[in-house]
Amino acid sequence: MPDGEGDVDAWEGRLAELLAFLRHRITGDYEVDEFGFDVELTERFLLRALRPLAESWFRIEVFGADNIPSVGGALVVSNHSGTVPLDGLMTGLVVHDHADRFLRMLAADLVFRLPFIGELARKGGATLANSEDAERMLSAGELVGVWPEGYKGIGKPFAQRYQLERFGRGGFVSAALRTGVPIVSCSVVGAEEIYPLVGNIPTLARLLDVPYFPVTPLFPWLGVLGMVPLPSKWLIEFGEPLRTDSYPEGAADDPMVVLDVTNQVRETIQKTLHSLLLQRKSAFS
Amino acid sequence: MGRVVLVTGVSRDLGGRFARCIAKDPAIERVIGLDVVPPRIDLAGVRFVRADIHHPVIAKLIDDNQVETVVHLGAIATPISAGGRTSMKEINVIATMQLLGACQQARSVQRLVVKSSARIYGSSPHDPALFVENMSPRRMPRSGFGKDAVEIEGYVRGFARRRPDVRVTTLRYANLVGPQTETLLTRYLELPIVPTVLGFDPRLQFCHVDDALGALHHSTLAGAHGTFNVAGDHVLTLVQAVRRLGRPHIGVPPFVLSSLGSLVPQLRQVDLSAEQISFLTYGRGLDTSAMRQTLGFEPRFTTPEAFDDFANGSRPGAMNPQRAAELERQMADLIAKVRTYARR
Repeated sequence: MPDGEGDVDAWEGRLAELLAFLRHRITGDYEVDEFGFDVELTERFLLRALRPLAESWFRIEVFGADNIPSVGGALVVSNHSGTVPLDGLMTGLVVHDHADRFLRMLAADLVFRLPFIGELARKGGATLANSEDAERMLSAGELVGVWPEGYKGIGKPFAQRYQLERFGRGGFVSAALRTGVPIVSCSVVGAEEIYPLVGNIPTLARLLDVPYFPVTPLFPWLGVLGMVPLPSKWLIEFGEPLRTDSYPEGAADDPMVVLDVTNQVRETIQKTLHSLLLQRKSAFS
Repeated sequence: MGRVVLVTGVSRDLGGRFARCIAKDPAIERVIGLDVVPPRIDLAGVRFVRADIHHPVIAKLIDDNQVETVVHLGAIATPISAGGRTSMKEINVIATMQLLGACQQARSVQRLVVKSSARIYGSSPHDPALFVENMSPRRMPRSGFGKDAVEIEGYVRGFARRRPDVRVTTLRYANLVGPQTETLLTRYLELPIVPTVLGFDPRLQFCHVDDALGALHHSTLAGAHGTFNVAGDHVLTLVQAVRRLGRPHIGVPPFVLSSLGSLVPQLRQVDLSAEQISFLTYGRGLDTSAMRQTLGFEPRFTTPEAFDDFANGSRPGAMNPQRAAELERQMADLIAKVRTYARR
């Protein structure tokens, strides 16, 4: 049985590799970067755990992945929605699987305050959203992901779906201008329907020190079951890179330039969202 | 004429080693060591003066010896070795104030080197990944040595303003490690089972003791005016560090960790103050580009290298690399055996 023998060999090789991997982990013989990013853990576990959700549950279709630069610093700017930042995780997975790069996400401080989530976020390559970290990552040639709508975007009521909120004060544009990296817009359709936000319990939110306490048609009524995201159909499109290295010196500190570029990016994403919505037959197919 | 160097805190590990090492330098004529207790090691070539920095004798000592450089290593980071928090504060803050007061009067003083700590930045979820020297902490340290360091540096800045002719170098060290160096953090890491904060794995940075000495030496002889972070490159996470020591770790909620500190006798020698627990929760990273570019100092050890040097000198834990490699071999043998058995 030469075939069976080959199978067993491959199986044994995999097992040996797994043992070596476990030994590295148990003896602390692995590397994390200065932000706490653990490449090995991310590729082997985190992304692997997200993949079935992306492929079978949300059936994500990706457009324009070639627009993500294959090397060097770049800033991916995306809309934010879905009550829970699953859209960020899915974008990170899509970027890894379609462009072979790690998306270094800029996350809110709430993420780093939470046990387990904060730890996994750093290990998965995220860091706190601030200009110092953003510029440090961009100058180091990383692909950085930012969601400028923040809490306002992710926690907006279901009735306002696919209408972009204000893009902050354009801090992300300043970071891109200062480091001269291109901005790639990313439009995500589908995340709005995973947890349709119909209400908010401010008292509970204050008690838990979170920006909002979500009420969806299923949560908190169904408890844990209500935490299962609805299987909406997702489309993600990356736009053409917007170059920022042609602006004069000091443009990063010019509010007019910054706001102008911010609006340009925002409008690109809003337009793309509308065209993707037309393309999608219905929210769940 | 050679230079006269005054070193404070020589009876402790780093101060003693630094005084001995600088005394051998041909560029230095004389080294005067100062402390409240006699040194435990032989300070060859160092003139030891037993005095409190509080004492007015310091001003006279500086004047009489025409001290040119003052290296202030007197600040103590551990309440246990200082004999309690109150006396620690006394030693750190009041003594620094007095010493700087004495230096301000002395025209002979041309350089001041102060050992500070990265604990000045505190630790919180609002921090950037790496602190640059000019960033102020997002949350001011409200207790412990971090607060002392803030106050000490405040006095040092005041001194630098009043004596612009003096070159002042402040070194903010990451946690020190070395083969024979015992600190609160190394004591914690060497516990038989290391209790960590549940759900957090903070980033740590280390500075090898040899590099700490090197940076002091460099700042005394060459150096530059300013404040500099001193740490080895890269980071280790707490769990990674504990694993490198081959020790088991267990995650406990933070409030349990702080009460463990007072309940378990073994943990009394370990700092589990609010300041330390927030460090063990959120960690900290330092940007060291100013250390390289402005100060002109290049450490020999990266953070993982410095830590491994400490780990090699430490008692190996249950799951050391040799044991792990052996286990892996045994598992591989077992698999091979199962395979030959299955073939039959």
